[in-house]
Amino acid sequence: MSKADVVRSAPDPESVPVPGGQWPRAIYDILKAFDVRHMSYVPDAGHSTLIKLLNADPEVTSNVLTTEEEGVAIAAGAWLGGQRSVLLMQSSGVGNCINMLSLPVIARFPLLMLVTMRGEWSEFNPWQVPMGRATQPALEAIGVRVVRADAASDLIETVESAATLAYGADQQIAVLIGQRLLGKKKW
Amino acid sequence: MGMTSSANPTFALSRRVAVKALLADRKDTLVITGLGSASYDVHAAGDRDDNYYLWGAMGAAALVGLGLAQAQPKKTVLVVTGDGEQLMAFGSLATIAVAKARNLVIVVIDNGHFGETGMQTSHTGRGLNFADVAASCGFAHTATLTRIEEVKDLARGLGGAAEGPSLFVIKVAAENPPRSLPPRDAVFIKNRFRTSLDLAPT
Repeated sequence: MSKADVVRSAPDPESVPVPGGQWPRAIYDILKAFDVRHMSYVPDAGHSTLIKLLNADPEVTSNVLTTEEEGVAIAAGAWLGGQRSVLLMQSSGVGNCINMLSLPVIARFPLLMLVTMRGEWSEFNPWQVPMGRATQPALEAIGVRVVRADAASDLIETVESAATLAYGADQQIAVLIGQRLLGKKKW
Repeated sequence: MGMTSSANPTFALSRRVAVKALLADRKDTLVITGLGSASYDVHAAGDRDDNYYLWGAMGAAALVGLGLAQAQPKKTVLVVTGDGEQLMAFGSLATIAVAKARNLVIVVIDNGHFGETGMQTSHTGRGLNFADVAASCGFAHTATLTRIEEVKDLARGLGGAAEGPSLFVIKVAAENPPRSLPPRDAVFIKNRFRTSLDLAPT
């Protein structure tokens, strides 16, 4: 199969109609509706629009991290001080977070992680595959609840539900945004 | 204060005396403690509702402090942690520096050793200086303190105007004073802390 064939078969995340027209914008609107005024991220291409929206919002404090587990601890601190925080990362970063997740799990800090998946659908880079496979079991092993969305239409409802569980019910929850939804990285 | 080639210089200051002096006039400063001896030191200086003690999640202390400082910009947030705990979150100094939280003060109680696990020599005991690292990252105020008078000066200045985040190293003797154990129920400590800020538990 030629590279051109691979690119042609990529799903188009824009092809699924969602409220707000585009899923990152819809997630941003949900976070605003939940009064999330604090976020941390290690960038991922799949999160780039949402990061841009949150970074541009003067009501939101943004932190760029050197490694994803930092954001787990920062979110706990924000909650101690009365703010709701959201943490954005790629699936490879979940592996970095595991011991730090002891903190929200044992202290019952609200935690909402939005994780863009790699290594599971039309993946070109073999190095992404092991952590892609380990993402959900690793989170569940440490005690984080996992929900998934593989279509943009599901994603909105899934994030809304996860935000309610996190901020309303003191849960630690990760939303895995499927690579099928995100589309193929162009090489 | 650069990297020193003389291995393991010894320091006389008692960690308990130093931390007690650091907290003597803290007023409404919020305190986060790193796991191990730093938590015991702060607890020994007097348990308070506005202390959040970590018993695990090594490397979390300074970052919990950052999140808290951002959520409570009018309060001073003091992180008291050990050299080993801060070493596990080396990159956090970059994250905190670029976040520019003016109301965050990190104090590393540096005995140059991993005191909780058998007193193995740490990186700082082999010459690394955290104040230099923090300054390179862009912290606004950094210093290494070795005398109790310097600690008292720092304590008096807590809550004063700052240009950005601060990191101070207090060099202490490598000793394990009797443990003074804070509550281990992290939910209780969390809700007690939030209540002290007039925040509901959930």
